[in-house]
Amino acid sequence: IGHPEIFPLVFTTKTQEIFNCRVDEDVTEENCFKLIKKEDIIQDLKTRATVSDFHPVKKVVLEYPGEELLVVFDAKFQYGQNFYFVASEEAKENLLKPPETAEEKEEEKEEKEEENREESLEIHPYKPPVHKPWVSLGKQTFQKLSSPLTTEVSLFQIKYMISRVCRKFGAPITFTDKNASHVKDSYVECTSYQDKTFSIKILEKDVGIQMVPKVREVSTQTKWTYPKNAATQYFPRQLSNDEKEESLSSEKLKEFLTSVHLRMEIALQQNEIMNAFFDDWKALAEDENSSGGKPDVYLKGYQSFTDLRYLKDRTISCICWHPTIYGIIAVSARQRLSYEEQVNLSHKSSLQQSVILFWSFFDSIHPQLMLECAEDIFCFQFSPSDPSIIAGGCINGQVALWDISQHEEKLQNAKTVADGTSITAVNTVNASILNVLQYIYMSGGKNGTEPTLVRYCAVSSIQYSHKKPVTDIHWLPDYFEDNRMGATFEKRAEICMQLVTCSPDCSVLFWNIPATKLPEQPSSEKVREEEICYMPPDVPDTFKHLDLCWKPLIKINLCESGISTEYGPVRISLRELHYHYKTSEKVQSLNTLEVPAKESPYTEMNTSSSKNLKVLQSISTDFFVGTEDGEIVYSDWKMEIDSDSAKPHTQKDTIHTETINTLQRSPFFKDIILSVGGRNFAIWKEGVTNGPILQSSCSAGRNTVGRWSLTRPGVFFIGRDNGNIDIWDLLKKTHEPSHFQNISESMITFISPWIASPKQHFLAVSDDLGVLRVLEICQTLSHPLRNE
Amino acid sequence: AEVEETLKRIQAHRGVVATIVINAEGIPVRTTLDNSTTVQYAGLLHQLTMKARSTVRDIDPQNELTFLRIRSKKHEIMVAPDKEYLLIVIQNPCE
Repeated sequence: IGHPEIFPLVFTTKTQEIFNCRVDEDVTEENCFKLIKKEDIIQDLKTRATVSDFHPVKKVVLEYPGEELLVVFDAKFQYGQNFYFVASEEAKENLLKPPETAEEKEEEKEEKEEENREESLEIHPYKPPVHKPWVSLGKQTFQKLSSPLTTEVSLFQIKYMISRVCRKFGAPITFTDKNASHVKDSYVECTSYQDKTFSIKILEKDVGIQMVPKVREVSTQTKWTYPKNAATQYFPRQLSNDEKEESLSSEKLKEFLTSVHLRMEIALQQNEIMNAFFDDWKALAEDENSSGGKPDVYLKGYQSFTDLRYLKDRTISCICWHPTIYGIIAVSARQRLSYEEQVNLSHKSSLQQSVILFWSFFDSIHPQLMLECAEDIFCFQFSPSDPSIIAGGCINGQVALWDISQHEEKLQNAKTVADGTSITAVNTVNASILNVLQYIYMSGGKNGTEPTLVRYCAVSSIQYSHKKPVTDIHWLPDYFEDNRMGATFEKRAEICMQLVTCSPDCSVLFWNIPATKLPEQPSSEKVREEEICYMPPDVPDTFKHLDLCWKPLIKINLCESGISTEYGPVRISLRELHYHYKTSEKVQSLNTLEVPAKESPYTEMNTSSSKNLKVLQSISTDFFVGTEDGEIVYSDWKMEIDSDSAKPHTQKDTIHTETINTLQRSPFFKDIILSVGGRNFAIWKEGVTNGPILQSSCSAGRNTVGRWSLTRPGVFFIGRDNGNIDIWDLLKKTHEPSHFQNISESMITFISPWIASPKQHFLAVSDDLGVLRVLEICQTLSHPLRNE
Repeated sequence: AEVEETLKRIQAHRGVVATIVINAEGIPVRTTLDNSTTVQYAGLLHQLTMKARSTVRDIDPQNELTFLRIRSKKHEIMVAPDKEYLLIVIQNPCE
């Protein structure tokens, strides 16, 4: 507590009684002092020893100098107990006395503290100020002095006057700088430190990673120990014939086939019924491609042929493509006659030679071959079975035959202009029967510069031929032939041997080329006495026997019974004109045409060439005839038994005003016929009798010739007299040509389309000036659309 | 005789180009084509049929190849396999 003289004591009531300091009786708050004699305390101590309350302060009491000890009642428990014992005299005195002078002392104390420099000594008697050095007692003394003032009372007043030395008053003050850091602890610094509460701890961190492939290069080398061949050659194993026979007859094979053939048949039938993989979408697209886009030129000029020598002042009457050899065209030329001359056709001898010229694509200046005839040729045709036989109809009514088998090779090799090789005699290429006959005559070593002249082999006898020019000639197809009675028979050999010709002298003639007996030796040495005429060398006498004595087989007079008007047929179109050329398609199976032979009077009258043949009933013998007057006659040439001449049940239609110049069947539909004549053309259908199914309007110019396209069923070409070719596409427009093109200045005399290769479709066009032009038909015209 | 008849009947179907019968080793026994073509067809189709048969068996051992049809742009080749023989028919589908 800071008061070493004061000892707090607890006085029990017993003790209080003893010393007469009972609370609230002897000692009160105001009168809290009690003086107790020392001797009493010692006595108490002796009597009560440890129980006495003064026991703790026993030592202090014994050492106490004074007589009486002060015990103060501490009502407020200032020192912790209800009594306290003052141990020193001085303190005793202080305590007894302070309550009187406590207030005074406090006042003085206040004064002292405030006024430190000067003091006024008004209260106390004046004393002259004494210079006393100011003694700094320090703070502690001050505190010491002040603290007991609250509890103790000082007995006498001590006045201190403290003042500074006078000379220090009012003196100028000099301030100096002092570095704070020189003196230790002269400043208090608050350094910055990292306060953990304010720092952000990184909990997540983005780290970039890159993966690098470890690349390592390793190389090895193999050793090629020894080279050995890796190729083998083998031939397929095959069973010998015996083994084959054996296995064929084995039971296993039978079982196998019985078990398997049902599956196979189902599959085959499925395929027959329907094509499961037909892509309709693709099919649509093909149509689009082909029909879209117009070509600039429908018919592109490919080549043109003309010859100054032989074709001078001549017009081309007929064009024929060589059926087998690519690029060979034959044209027949005749004199250009005016209309009157044509009408009053008298037997004129021509000044020039009348020829059929053979042109080749590869040589447009020189014709390859020339077939010579006595008269102008009006029309001609290659024989379908043997392309080296040509039959032509002359202007005087005769029919001429040529055989160019010798020159076939030359035609085939007609690639270069200068052909220096001579033609060999024996031509072993063709193996038809006729050519085995005679190959004696060599054609003299004529080069390609000069076309070889081939004379005709045979002409028909004049008296039996037509009286007027033969205007149309056709080979009859090879699967039937006629006999004298007009019944049709199945042909045994695949050789075309029959011709039909028509002429404006109102007759249609059927000619037969009988197969001659093969002589054992070549008949060059033999001279046949029957033959009158002298055959010049160079000409194979294939038809020698026919020369000048060839007679027609059947003659049909076209006259309407009852009215006796005669028709002058100009063009003829038979139904079954279906040629098979040897190089291409298979021959139709003749099984379908077989009809069991009937017992008929016809069989008795067989000619020698048709012995075991069967009568064909199913071949149609109808034909169309276009006449000079513009009529279309439809009749039948099958003869009745009891009449010699044909009784045609004819139908005639007249829509054309002028001569019909074309009558052609569509190559796609057997019963559709195109007829062209005069100013219009018409399409007829067999069986539809009341008129044509399509008839064109009268056009300004005259149509001279018409032809169906070979590849597209709806397209045909019409040639006109102003040198134009009209291309009609029935699928596009039916009232006018879809395209026309001017080919030449003069009248178009003949058109012949041809398929030389799948890509090249040609149209041979001839005109009045004797120029033959070969044009290429563009794709849109030549390729048929789907399902056309 | 029966064998001939069956084969003829198959050959007479519409569009059939050729018929070939080959034995288990791939050697042609009966054919309507020329020799070189037959041998070619026999060799190639025999191998293909073996492959097809083994494929079918691998996928499902209970299963077996009954018929094989190869459809190409120009024609359809149909192969009917058996234990000892193989019947091959080439047909032009109708269109």
